[in-house]
Amino acid sequence: MSVSETTAPAASRWPDLLRRVAGGIVTLAITVLGLLLVTFVIGRVVPIDPVLSIVGERATQEQYEAARQALGLDAPLWQQFYIYVRDALHGDLGMSIRSQQPVLTEIARRFPATLELATLGTILGVILGVPAGVLAATKPGSIADQVVRLVGLVGYSMPVFWLGLIGLLVFYGKLDWVGGPGRLDASYEMMLEFTLTRYTGAILIDSALNGAWDMFANAVTHIILPAGLLGYVSMAYISRMTRSFMLGELSQEYITTARVKGMPEWRVIWVHAMRNVSVPLITVVALSYAYLLEGSVLTETIFAWPGLGSYITDALFAADMPAVLGGTVVVGVVFVTLNMVSDIVYRLVDPRART
Amino acid sequence: MTQSLFQWLSDPSPSSRAQARLGQAWLAWLRLKRNHLAMLGLAIIVLLCAMAAFAPLFATHDPFVQNLAQRLLPPGTPGHWLGTDDFGRDIWSRIVYGARITLYIVALVAVTAPVIGLLIGTVAGYFGGIVDTVLMRITDIFLAFPRLILALALVAVLGPGIVNAVLAIALTAWPPYARVARAETLTVRNSDYIAAVRLQGAGAGRIIWGHVMPMCLPSVIIRVTLDMAGVILIAAGLGFLGLGVQPPLPEWGLMISSGRKFLFEQWWVATMPGLAIFAVSLGFNLLGDGLRDVLDPRSASR
Repeated sequence: MSVSETTAPAASRWPDLLRRVAGGIVTLAITVLGLLLVTFVIGRVVPIDPVLSIVGERATQEQYEAARQALGLDAPLWQQFYIYVRDALHGDLGMSIRSQQPVLTEIARRFPATLELATLGTILGVILGVPAGVLAATKPGSIADQVVRLVGLVGYSMPVFWLGLIGLLVFYGKLDWVGGPGRLDASYEMMLEFTLTRYTGAILIDSALNGAWDMFANAVTHIILPAGLLGYVSMAYISRMTRSFMLGELSQEYITTARVKGMPEWRVIWVHAMRNVSVPLITVVALSYAYLLEGSVLTETIFAWPGLGSYITDALFAADMPAVLGGTVVVGVVFVTLNMVSDIVYRLVDPRART
Repeated sequence: MTQSLFQWLSDPSPSSRAQARLGQAWLAWLRLKRNHLAMLGLAIIVLLCAMAAFAPLFATHDPFVQNLAQRLLPPGTPGHWLGTDDFGRDIWSRIVYGARITLYIVALVAVTAPVIGLLIGTVAGYFGGIVDTVLMRITDIFLAFPRLILALALVAVLGPGIVNAVLAIALTAWPPYARVARAETLTVRNSDYIAAVRLQGAGAGRIIWGHVMPMCLPSVIIRVTLDMAGVILIAAGLGFLGLGVQPPLPEWGLMISSGRKFLFEQWWVATMPGLAIFAVSLGFNLLGDGLRDVLDPRSASR
């Protein structure tokens, strides 16, 4: 690959990028359509009768039929699917059976909490994982390398929900170093409802913008454990991939050339090799971020974190299928979009991928 | 006698196909044996299989019999060296019997997902063109789905239970196999030996089944081993959420979930099954890494 590298004229770069973005959007559209088809099918085969759950057991036949028509369930399947997709594209994911509120409104209220947790987790994962991977790659076979590999392997094999429970047991139950489940202590929850201006929905940012520093400190003690947990899982993946990419780069001839020229080793690694390693790393970090968003289902259950993951599981136990499927669609769309964006950024940064 | 067996295995000019295959397997085994971590992983998996097969021998108590007089005994109690749970059941015995459930799930996923993936991948790679495009687009769609959430939604619809959990996991696990199988198929599709078989009049089905699929097997086996660690974690997660195996079966994730209620007072109820999940998942990861180094020379440096 590196041998037959051709330098494309700079002028052709932007139209090419536009074509890539357009292609990416088409792929995204097809994938989202497939996702909607799957959730639609799941929603149709569900044993819970959506009409019955609205009108109740004692409804007459006429009431039942009226509700059925109001829900559009008397139309042919393909038409129902068309309506489902049209509504979903307009942001209508149906009504939650429990609360009788639009699913999207409820999700919009819960999503910032998930985003805050996953973002902090990914930041921790990158800060810890990249240097660890580089360290392991520069001295392959050394003690440091073994430790990094072992820590990564353990992170790969650990049931996250179990590690979360152990963390709660040790750091909250025994040592009392961190706040317990939830985003804040109960007293601050009230403040959150009534006195705080919500700019973003992320408590760390909102409390800082409001100047409520005691609340900020409280939020930190609550988020540090779940975020550290997610950070560890993400670090396991990122350090492993960084090590592998870095090993590949360090065996290249341009690295030997740089060393022969007498360039300091830190510059060889962090400037020359890192530039090339960072390209595939973008995809890895995006994947790990998407994975954390998805893994939130288990973490949020453990830490009573009022995010999207616990929303889906709560809805699951209340047999609130519109909420479950709506949550699935939202996570799926975010997942797919992250993949596409990372793919485009990858092609943008890596000249070899620009053909 | 053993000396001659080694000689037969390492004969550089094997006289039969079976001898050649066994010889290759022998060499791979020798290389794998030098990898201590992989051997540790293999030992863990062998132990798991032994525990599942001879559960009554390993267990000290009946995993289902409740004894409320002996509930929540701490680890180290004589007779209950890992303690007892809230119904007075011996935790060690439940973990031993839980190995059966874990192995059952792993085995079911291992025989379904890779087979679906192999079929789709080899057919797409062999025929190419429109078949390839359509099949791989479907694969990409499934690959883009969040695995755990989709499994969750599927179980929500199908109802909780062990078979439905396996089905949900298998339905979300096949796309990577299809990708791997397609890539392998593309490399062998135009080789001379395939052309020779085709000239002898073999049909597409026969070529794919008998001559393409075997070439994909090594990469697929590596993937299966590495994948099983993730499958165990997802199955335990579903069990933990109450969507997989149902009580009173001693599934490890379910046991953690039941121990969660008294985590701060009786920590061992939730902790012990987690150690089991971790050990088995680690075992599959270690063995998978080792197998990849041995069977797949391209990634040996990684």
